[in-house]
Amino acid sequence: MIFYALLTFMVVSALALLWLRNLFAVVMLSGSFSLNAAVLYVVMDAVDVAFTEAAVGAGIATVLMLGTLALTTSHEKADPGVSWPHLAVVVVVGAALIYGTLDMPRYGDPMAPIHQHVAPEYIERGPKQTGMPNVVTSILASYRGYDTLGEVTVVFTAAAGVLALIGRRRKKKNGVIKRTRSGERP
Amino acid sequence: MMDQFAGLYNYWIFIVLMMIGFYIVMAQHNLIKKVVGLNIFQVSVFIFYISMSKVEDGSAPIIAEGITVYSNPLPHVLILTAIVVGVATTALALALVVRIRDSYGSIEEDEIEAEERRREKHF
Repeated sequence: MIFYALLTFMVVSALALLWLRNLFAVVMLSGSFSLNAAVLYVVMDAVDVAFTEAAVGAGIATVLMLGTLALTTSHEKADPGVSWPHLAVVVVVGAALIYGTLDMPRYGDPMAPIHQHVAPEYIERGPKQTGMPNVVTSILASYRGYDTLGEVTVVFTAAAGVLALIGRRRKKKNGVIKRTRSGERP
Repeated sequence: MMDQFAGLYNYWIFIVLMMIGFYIVMAQHNLIKKVVGLNIFQVSVFIFYISMSKVEDGSAPIIAEGITVYSNPLPHVLILTAIVVGVATTALALALVVRIRDSYGSIEEDEIEAEERRREKHF
């Protein structure tokens, strides 16, 4: 029951995000949306994912967005109104996806194909081979350690990109001033 | 009729959330709001994966005595990675927003396009 209540509440939060015009409120509500998702993950037995979502999704992402608001502005211009062509695209895509769910395995079905392949092996052998009772940790750090290495690469690239974009803000401005002084066209 | 669709509600909610995120990304003009819409889109995919891994009457995949049914741990691992990667890309998008505001003085899409046209005409 709590599962369905949480799912419905997430839709309500998302619709509120669509209507709100004050960007500070939008950012705070998106933090609460992430926290809501974290509670939902606990209900669905994904405790490790819930930790990460609460710390990274609700915490760090919200701080980053607040920082952006401080550097830009927290007021959105006038409401763009309902965009009918975009709404039509969304309705058509949504209807196609809902049609696609009709042959999906039902929620919690133990006979679903996803539970038949490697997952039982991980649960059975993981604790014996790696010595960790938490199967998620043993897959993350041992069986699929290369995935985590790739993740670190992505985070490093993103950090380098952020530094390249806003780490040199001052220098860029000086460069523009210099060029206009010497009479060159920017 | 109801029995036929029972157990599909989680997929439908995920689709509704995804479409709300999609609509925000397409139709809203504010760049920060677009990033928030992208986040909603992402979270909906996470919920989709995690809800597939749930086994009825199962427990969190931490081996303990007296528990025999565990949820599938593999989607959990994939989504753990995806959450961290998602925040990294969000940070990059927000840095781009800050740079756009520096160059164009606005974070509204239509104002940026108008400024772009004005500059093209000027040079």
